Amino acid sequence: MANVSIRKVVKAYEGDVQAVKGIDLEIIDHEFVVLVGPSGCGKSTTLRMIAGLEEITAGEIWIGGDVVNDVPPRDRDIAMVFQNYALYPHMSVFDNMAFGLKLRKFPKEEIKRRVDEAATMLDIQMLLDRKPKALSGGQRQRVAMGRAVVRNPKVFLFDEPLSNLDAKLRVQMRTEIKKLHQLVPTTTVYVTHDQIEAMTLADRVVVMNHGVIEQVGAPQELYHHPATRFVAGFIGSPAMNFLPCQLIDDGGLKVQLADGTKMAVPPQRVDRYAPFKGKKVTLGIRPEHMTETHDSEKPGVQLLNAKVDVVEPMGMETLVHHFIVGVAVCSRIDPNVQTGPGETLPLAVDMNNMHLIDDASNRVV
Amino acid sequence: MSASTTANNLPRPKSKAGSMERQRRLALWVSYIALTIFVIIFLVPPFYMIITSLKTSAEISAQAGNPWIVKDPTLSNYWELMTNAAFQRYFINSVWVTAITVTISMTIAILAAFSLSRMGFKGSQVLSTGVFLTYLVPPSLLFIPLFQIMGWMGLINSTWALVVLFPTLAVPFCTWIMIGYFSSIPKELDEAALIDGASYPQILVKIFIPVAMPGIIAAMIFAFTVSWGAFLYPLAYLYSADQATLTVGIVRELIKGDVFAWGLIMAACAMAAAPPIIIYTFLMDYYIAGLTAGATKG
Repeated sequence: MANVSIRKVVKAYEGDVQAVKGIDLEIIDHEFVVLVGPSGCGKSTTLRMIAGLEEITAGEIWIGGDVVNDVPPRDRDIAMVFQNYALYPHMSVFDNMAFGLKLRKFPKEEIKRRVDEAATMLDIQMLLDRKPKALSGGQRQRVAMGRAVVRNPKVFLFDEPLSNLDAKLRVQMRTEIKKLHQLVPTTTVYVTHDQIEAMTLADRVVVMNHGVIEQVGAPQELYHHPATRFVAGFIGSPAMNFLPCQLIDDGGLKVQLADGTKMAVPPQRVDRYAPFKGKKVTLGIRPEHMTETHDSEKPGVQLLNAKVDVVEPMGMETLVHHFIVGVAVCSRIDPNVQTGPGETLPLAVDMNNMHLIDDASNRVV
Repeated sequence: MSASTTANNLPRPKSKAGSMERQRRLALWVSYIALTIFVIIFLVPPFYMIITSLKTSAEISAQAGNPWIVKDPTLSNYWELMTNAAFQRYFINSVWVTAITVTISMTIAILAAFSLSRMGFKGSQVLSTGVFLTYLVPPSLLFIPLFQIMGWMGLINSTWALVVLFPTLAVPFCTWIMIGYFSSIPKELDEAALIDGASYPQILVKIFIPVAMPGIIAAMIFAFTVSWGAFLYPLAYLYSADQATLTVGIVRELIKGDVFAWGLIMAACAMAAAPPIIIYTFLMDYYIAGLTAGATKG
């Protein structure tokens, strides 16, 4: 178990394409860190550089107090779980899990003890004699995790391990990974493009975009206090609504939409937002903060009429899509509220949870 | 009422399923006919070879009777060959030349294919193409320059000449098959092995060779065929009877001037054809899997 430190790391490919542009990240011992971002954001490249599968163009990677830039993968004392499992097809489950230990010349009894222990932990004892092709996707992924666990490495690396599984199994395996980390609290770096996976698993989430780190923080912190427009839009499902607007002083600081609708800024935010008066800004508001009007009396709640475009009943809630000032907007309403396409739905916008984004810098104010 | 009338008056679409079934049956018939012709053309010669090998010289030369039927089957031709010291020598020569050819070719091809498909060094793509291009040079074109080289090496009239030569002819295609097969193995497999602590030689021996066994067998069968069935090179490079391989030995030993010992020739050919047939029969599935894996990789 160890800290992982990424310092000014750059990865450039031929033709001066920079996949990772000088990122810094400190991962502390036992921490579960998830790198999340869209395709091509550099998250997998970063993970592969930690693993030693990609050379680092510039910067330093430290594992457990040592610079590992020039250390081959086998000497980094890491274990990795791949998206397509990467199980050795000609070996039994036992041999797959024991392979790394055999190469490191562990005594036979020790290998058996460790494999049995890991197999029990992952509930795959009955599969030890089977070949990978006789296993389901979920079982294969468990074997891949078992192969990582038996080595008892300093760091676990997961490269989109759940992407090949169906939706139901993905949720189940997500819980198992979390449980595994509770049992074996090894420092873990986990890559995914699924922000729900990131939110549910991570101690800290690292949001990456275009080769840079946009924000690092605990899941709730990223959700409630995104630093940039990208993070605000990426974290959360359905995504945050963005409405172009202007800040005006109209007997108090207000947000004015393109159609002239004005919504008062809560008093506790006035000082923070005042410097952006008259500037082009964007109002960010999550769907759950645009609801039906049952709590419209609450301080800070503003009313807004929106024409319903599409209604998506989800059971415990209903998602309603509208167009407000020409922008697609989603609201989350009580499933008992009856509405349909073409109807006008009065919405209560909870401005206490608003976000204001400076269009010039794309940062959340 | 009017609605149902309108519906009844509508032109009925032709039954697509029925038409497809008819087309399928027609295609099957055409396939069966073509395959039957194909099988007859290819199987009649070996069938005639076996029939003739079971006849006595008198029965072969007899004008009367149906040549496709054996009246008094005998294994005398086979027995005579098996007890013939020269034939035994040819057989042994063929076996050892082939064994060494296959071993050398496969060792070189596997190592070359692994490095070309996985080590990712500069120029590996160009080299891979180059390996395949050398296979396209007809062996008969290399005949004279190679004769000079063998002469310079002092290997003319020695089976060692074939041991050096045949891998030259077999390695490019074997390497090409192996490159295709190795490339079809997911890259994550070697990365997982690297992280597990394997070195490149260990990855080759413990992961790639077992996983690529169908490809290796396909390449081995090709190398085997190159050596076992070769006629031109043994004929030109080996002139002593004790150095000859089966293909050349049969011609030299059993055809004296214009006298053809047909029974013996056919028995010898049947015995020479037996090893490849046995190998193909048992390893056919691997052979097909190996070739298609290489072929379908883009």
